Amino acid sequence: MTERFEIPARLKNTSLALIAVGILVLILGGVTMLGGHDHHDKTRFWLVLLQNSVFFLLICVASVFIQAAASLAQGGWIVAYKRVPEAIGANVWVFGLIAGAILIFIATGFSVDGHNPIYHWVHPEGDKILEGKKAFLNKEMFIGFTVVTIALWSFFGRKFRALSLAQENAPKNSTKIYWTMLKWSAAFLLVYALTQMSTAPWLWIMSIDAHWYSTMFSWYTFASAFVSGMSVILLFVVFLKNNGNLELVTKEHVHDLGKFMFAFSVFWTYVWFAQYMLIWYSNIPEETTYFKMRQHGPYSLIWYSVFIINFIMPILILMARPSKRNYFTVTFMALVIIFGHWLDFFIMTMPGPLGKNWHLGWYEMGIFLGFAGLLIFTVSKTLTKSSLVPGNHPLLKEAMLHQS
Amino acid sequence: MAIKKFAVACYDDEEVLFPAVKKVRNSGYKLHDVYTPFPVHGLDGALGLKETDLHVAGFIYGITGTSTAVGFMSWIFCSDWPINFGGKPHWSLPAFIPITFELTVLFAAVGMVLTFCYLNQIMPGVKKHVFHPRQTDDLFVVALEINDHTNEAEVINFLKSTGAVETSVQVAESEWWFGRWDKKEPYELA
Repeated sequence: MTERFEIPARLKNTSLALIAVGILVLILGGVTMLGGHDHHDKTRFWLVLLQNSVFFLLICVASVFIQAAASLAQGGWIVAYKRVPEAIGANVWVFGLIAGAILIFIATGFSVDGHNPIYHWVHPEGDKILEGKKAFLNKEMFIGFTVVTIALWSFFGRKFRALSLAQENAPKNSTKIYWTMLKWSAAFLLVYALTQMSTAPWLWIMSIDAHWYSTMFSWYTFASAFVSGMSVILLFVVFLKNNGNLELVTKEHVHDLGKFMFAFSVFWTYVWFAQYMLIWYSNIPEETTYFKMRQHGPYSLIWYSVFIINFIMPILILMARPSKRNYFTVTFMALVIIFGHWLDFFIMTMPGPLGKNWHLGWYEMGIFLGFAGLLIFTVSKTLTKSSLVPGNHPLLKEAMLHQS
Repeated sequence: MAIKKFAVACYDDEEVLFPAVKKVRNSGYKLHDVYTPFPVHGLDGALGLKETDLHVAGFIYGITGTSTAVGFMSWIFCSDWPINFGGKPHWSLPAFIPITFELTVLFAAVGMVLTFCYLNQIMPGVKKHVFHPRQTDDLFVVALEINDHTNEAEVINFLKSTGAVETSVQVAESEWWFGRWDKKEPYELA
């Protein structure tokens, strides 16, 4: 059983148009913001790039994670559309290169009047707290962790796809590659735990507010990335289904993805609230400043919208079984969730360096659209390169018979 | 509560049970229930049972728990016994959330368990007629409701043709009752 996907002209043109919008906005932003003398504009230029590149990178890595988790649990349900997370995972390197370049430039090359407005731990001299954190928060550590993390993620993303394609060409009923995949999955979970669930968000995002720290932060970022990652997978699955591909995928599989979106929206809220409540309760000034700015300060509108979009909407709309089995509601909610978590990343990154001088305008939206276009373009290109049905997979029959 | 007449067929294999249930449903005889020693996957679909509304009940119980917790704590901390905790406002919603969450879960869980017991007629002291003692051991038991006008020999032959290893006709209480097992004794003699 094979099934080929050809990129419809409309999808290709749309994605290329989105990329063009992104590049245009990037150039315009570069001319108007970097060319000017306002240091807030320069910070905004780089901060938006940081927010979007890290957000999209983490979304793509979530696809690698769901493959590893499903392989280890020997889950059959995902096999019906396994090619979609594989294709997203195989493109981690694209977003990794972009994010890595931006992050390393911000840490090493970006400076306004002798100090770094985004990563001010780069110059810890005279700051007692930052000097105490110097052993971890320094340029060498930052570059080392970033390069190793992104290299490992890209490697595993491509490795999983290569293994899956090898399975297709393996002798019939051979399970050798299936077990190899299990071992690589276990290795990836270890890597993922040491990067996404700890160091990477600390260095890339939390260190923007270098005086502040939270031990929940990486979990919280993971929850955001994972739920948006599942939404992205769902959007691709629904698109392919509408395009007449993925014959094996039924409402049962869509229902399962909907359950993930629902469950991890609730999980995100749990971690979000756990982080907030502990700090609210203990009421220590150096911790509460982080929330003072976000909840009561200039960001309060976004703060409350994030809560409504990422918790109230999914819990009310996705709770009932029929709505998780309806293509329209799940697609709508996937778009809403991705936007909500993008806003969540916005509020993680902006307040520290920009304070009340933040914008949510043409530049932010343009860069977001550019990255979205790049994601659509690269993933759909990878999807055309192999059959959409993971032929010869030991769990394929189970996936076809799946009932959720 | 009604005393009814049943034609009972016992099967010793799941593989035989599914086609037999299908044949029984197509035959027009009134299916009373199927008893199995373990949960059989897909049997609810084969029996044509409709999706349960238990989760709707669960949602209502959960909402009740949420409002009970928020309402009760608001009343205590704002009006009944206001205490100043570290200068925080009396109505401190974040501090209420954990208890609200727990009470939501507690109400939903306990309520759903009780509703489940009610829907399935299982409770301490509730008794139901057992069609075959081995229905909790290794036999799959199908009970058909028949009446005095039914041709018993025909039903039994039909059930045997579907692969039943054991068949019988029983007169028994069709619903649950509260009390002792020996209630059924006189009806079996009848």
